[in-house]
Amino acid sequence: MRLLNRSAGRLSRHRRGPLAGMLVIIAGLLLTGGIFTALVNTTASADETVSSADQVAQGRQLFLVSCSFCHGQNGEGVRTEDGNQIGPPLAGVGAAAVDFQVGTGRMPMVQPGAQVPSKPESFTDEETAALAAYVASLGPGPAIPDESDYSIEGLSDSEREQAIANGGQIFLTNCTACHNFEGSGGAMPRGGYAPNLHSTSARHIYEAMLTGPQNMPNFANGNLSPEEKRDVIAYLYSLREMPSYGGFGLGGLGPVPEGLAAWLLGIGGLVGFAVWIAAHTTRTNKKKVEA
Amino acid sequence: MSTPPIDQAHDAGHDEPVDENLPARDDLFANPGLEEHHWRPTDVDPKAEKRAERQVAALFALSALCTIGLLVAYVTIDSDDTVGDLGAQNLAFGLLLAGALLGIGIGIIQWARKLMADVEMVEYRHSAASSEEDRAATVQALADGLEESGIGRRPLVRNSLLGAVGLLGLPAIVFLRDLGPTNAQVVKNPPFIGSGLEHTVWKKGMRVVRDVVGTPIKASDLQIGDLVNAEPEALFNGGEDGEPLEGVALQVAKSKGAVVVVRMQPDEITPGKGRENWTVDGIICYSKICTHVGCPISLYERTTHHLLCPCHQSTFDLADSARVVFGPAARPLPQLALEVDSEGYLTAQADFDEPVGPSYWERG
Amino acid sequence: MDTSKVANSNTTTAATAKKPSRAAAAATWADERLGLAGMAKKNLRKVFPDHWSFMLGEIALWSFVVLLLTGVFLTLWFTPSMGEVQYNGTYEQLRGIHMSEAFASTLRISFDVRGGLLMRQMHHWAAMLFVASMMVHLLRVFFTGAYRKPRELNWVIGSLLLLLGTLEGFTGYSLPDDLLSGTGIRAADGFIKASPVVGSYMSFFLFGGEFPGESIIPRLYTIHVLLIPGLLLALIAAHMLLLVYHKHTQWPGPGRTEKNVVGYPMLPVYAAKAGGFFFIVFGVTAFLGGLLSINPVWKYGPYDPSKVTAGSQPDWYMGWPDGALRIMPGIETHLWGYTISWNVMLPILVLPIAAFAFVMMLPFIDAWITGDKREHHLLERPRNAPTRTALMVALMTMYGLFWIAGGNDIIAIKLHSSINAITYFLRGAVFIGPVIAFIITRRWCISLQRKDNDTLLHGYETGIIMRSAEGGYSERHLPLPGTRAYTLTARERDPALNGGPNGHGTDANGVPAPGTGRLAGFQHRVRTLWWADNVQKPTVAELEEGHHHAEHEHELQESTDGHAADGHQFDGHHLVEDETLRGH
Repeated sequence: MRLLNRSAGRLSRHRRGPLAGMLVIIAGLLLTGGIFTALVNTTASADETVSSADQVAQGRQLFLVSCSFCHGQNGEGVRTEDGNQIGPPLAGVGAAAVDFQVGTGRMPMVQPGAQVPSKPESFTDEETAALAAYVASLGPGPAIPDESDYSIEGLSDSEREQAIANGGQIFLTNCTACHNFEGSGGAMPRGGYAPNLHSTSARHIYEAMLTGPQNMPNFANGNLSPEEKRDVIAYLYSLREMPSYGGFGLGGLGPVPEGLAAWLLGIGGLVGFAVWIAAHTTRTNKKKVEA
Repeated sequence: MSTPPIDQAHDAGHDEPVDENLPARDDLFANPGLEEHHWRPTDVDPKAEKRAERQVAALFALSALCTIGLLVAYVTIDSDDTVGDLGAQNLAFGLLLAGALLGIGIGIIQWARKLMADVEMVEYRHSAASSEEDRAATVQALADGLEESGIGRRPLVRNSLLGAVGLLGLPAIVFLRDLGPTNAQVVKNPPFIGSGLEHTVWKKGMRVVRDVVGTPIKASDLQIGDLVNAEPEALFNGGEDGEPLEGVALQVAKSKGAVVVVRMQPDEITPGKGRENWTVDGIICYSKICTHVGCPISLYERTTHHLLCPCHQSTFDLADSARVVFGPAARPLPQLALEVDSEGYLTAQADFDEPVGPSYWERG
Repeated sequence: MDTSKVANSNTTTAATAKKPSRAAAAATWADERLGLAGMAKKNLRKVFPDHWSFMLGEIALWSFVVLLLTGVFLTLWFTPSMGEVQYNGTYEQLRGIHMSEAFASTLRISFDVRGGLLMRQMHHWAAMLFVASMMVHLLRVFFTGAYRKPRELNWVIGSLLLLLGTLEGFTGYSLPDDLLSGTGIRAADGFIKASPVVGSYMSFFLFGGEFPGESIIPRLYTIHVLLIPGLLLALIAAHMLLLVYHKHTQWPGPGRTEKNVVGYPMLPVYAAKAGGFFFIVFGVTAFLGGLLSINPVWKYGPYDPSKVTAGSQPDWYMGWPDGALRIMPGIETHLWGYTISWNVMLPILVLPIAAFAFVMMLPFIDAWITGDKREHHLLERPRNAPTRTALMVALMTMYGLFWIAGGNDIIAIKLHSSINAITYFLRGAVFIGPVIAFIITRRWCISLQRKDNDTLLHGYETGIIMRSAEGGYSERHLPLPGTRAYTLTARERDPALNGGPNGHGTDANGVPAPGTGRLAGFQHRVRTLWWADNVQKPTVAELEEGHHHAEHEHELQESTDGHAADGHQFDGHHLVEDETLRGH
């Protein structure tokens, strides 16, 4: 009984804590957001053709519920009193940024911070499109790329080969420093990391280069031309399709896992063999019958 | 437990045979001698023996099969064939070769373990040292030889010989001199443009161009947060008749000339002393070569303006003259002064005002 | 000794006079020309003791043979040149790219020579195993005290082998001229430039001018395929000759003394086991080469001084100085216009050389501390030399922490932690960790010694719980079988130090008291600490008292003896053939 009381007391102490209010609000928002999502889901599928004005309006509704807490009622961004940015202003980030952030599940984020992990998306494709349309209406910014922007389907075989080789050089120059030589990701300062690109879709890779999400620098069209971006994506896709010629890739992280494998499998296995070689075989009490 | 004094003196170095049934040093128990030999089932049971024989032969046969498989795989498997997403050729070669080798290895060892005689044998040791007489004789021979040579009595001969032989070591070092020119020589007679540790190919008016493609960069094309991995234009037109640089000239130029260009809000930059005019509208340019041991760095964090080296994690603050904020590097990255030419393209105001890359003794 | 139990011959059949066999005829032919019978007589049946830990060095030997075999295969196609070519081979992603001939030929070996990729991967795996097995072998030799007189010089040779093996590995890592190897060479250039006074000169001489030049790959190639392998071969030969001359050490046990060596003869058993192990090492290397991708150079692409990849690491054996380099704070001194790069020099030039020199000197340091000038052929269990064991564990801990530092970026992403935090932690841990490891290991060893004494005095635990007539419970202890008890006590007592720092004469163990030299006081203090707190084996009196006590207990329990139900014939001290536990 006393135990119960004490734990109840501890809980209520936390309830009065400074973070509690924030948590309650977030929980409430998530809950309403979830219910709203469920409702909108049914309405959206009921009416397939949504006019662009309707889409913006729908996006604004979603925005108010799920995004405005950090990004402000009109996407103007929110700063704390001591000047820390909670959510950046969104005018001018463009539809591409929204499609990337929401489409990879990075937004809405669980807690503010420079490193935003991707997670299962919270919105359907239509909702993401509506949000993107709304944010795009706040100010001119990069649009969601079309498939023709990043596909090498239309190229001849030799052009394709050239695009892949060129993309490889651009990738190794601009991207591998953070994302590693086969896109396995890498560490950044203070606990940050450049994510693994093994299963990121072409559109999202393109959008990431275009908009520089979170801590990643931009590779906007004035920096890396659309063809060059296409080539990088073509190279990454060619790596995915390429068989692993030498056997299992050990995560594509370079010499550290290789050294680990040499010790655990190599030395471990050989010491196992040595133990077997030197072990005494079964013995018997029988005497040898001399012929 | 206190340390009891030892009751017996050591007998190492003595050559007389010791009765090993007696406690030799301070053994608490007499040495029981080798344990009685027990036979293996394969020694006493002909059936077990046959079984082991078949087992070993089967392993050798398995090895032979793998070898034949390996030869077949050599002619049948193509380098593009796959098993799942693994390359079939390497996998088949590796596993079949492993089978062939392990079959023989395990077979031989099984043979030794099960069938070869396994009675332990005893061999006696000798002290590593030679016998007293041998040693005395050797020392005597050595002394006689040295005496007869007169090397002790004739210091003039001895010392002049030592001097002459010692001097021969010098050519061995001196003749390595032409392994390469020194930094000073390279500066005096530059084999390529921008030769010498204190210089790069950058000079006033040289355009900053994108790496790999070589296109010039218009200041107005860059957005806040952009990172460009850039090179001096000379890489692409610095050769004879405006040809791109090639070979060693290219490698040397690249290894010192590579830069990173980033654009941030102009008010975020804290310009270094005398560097107030080195940026264009928030566009700032630094050497890409780490001042620690020379890895190229371009792990840029857009929001913090930090640049991280992937080799040893030195971190530089690009908004603040590339000051070292973390890691083993001791010096900031050299900054390249930027301006725009008449067409609006980024160009250098001058070469770097300090050597790029790792420190060295004369660097100062 | 009791020779009736020792076989002088190892055959299973009686030796009978036979007609000279074909082998004998061949041997006669050879001996008439080479006269080797005198030497072969001694060595063909040379005895080698059998223990798994004695085969660790063999792994190194055999992986070196694998390296020679696969290496020769690779040289048939590899072009050690930095001349620039445009790639037009099979690998599409790099077609049209300019690269060095070295890299182009590496791609050719990987994609156009059937089995070339396998040989490259086997060569790389074997190199990793070569250095790793040398280190494991070194640890075994150290922990068992096998480096003591007369084997100090073989320890020195072994240390040199480890050093050369590491350098050989580094030069090999650099040859393909891919992005990773080029980054490694560039870092090495930075290390060289950090040497005081001569840094930039050495760099310019090595690279034939300014980095990267066009000479480094051919030069490293000569070093990699000629110079170092030659030295390795010579030193390995010396290492083996000394091994044969000294005869192998052995564990103490019944019939095993400082004066003999007990084991299997070179021919046939040892030759078969060693030969078979060669095929196993070769096979395991082939297995790794076939199954696990290593250094996929085609993905790194050719070296380009403006490119770099996340996770730029050396191979594991260079990982620890690289780790030291990563956690070193950035300290540089500028004096009268000259620069001293402590941040590079200390971790990468001074630390490895100092560590190597220390390891090489260990046998001499040990001999100086203990004053022990005797020959040792019986091994010591690690627990019976607590300070020595703890010293190596402390070194291993330091090595391990530097190693972790060398992989701090991979650890950061895999464990979702911050590189900065890992680095700050390791800056302290590399100093504190070894001290903690030293203390724990030492106390642990001493506890194990105590446990051994317990077993000797009070018998081993049978796991059988006895209930007395009064209803009390106790576990039954039985005295150790004679051979076990002998083995456990076949170790020396540590000498008592009764000579003071300035005393004269010898201590009770015949070890001369330290002289009056400048270091005598220090030596005495270290010597005292070296053996401090060690537990000695029981004295005869203690043993007798213990046995008396045990016999008394035994009487109380003898009613159960001889019953199969007590089960202790399955305790590992008895032969179990023809005995059943469950009646099958």
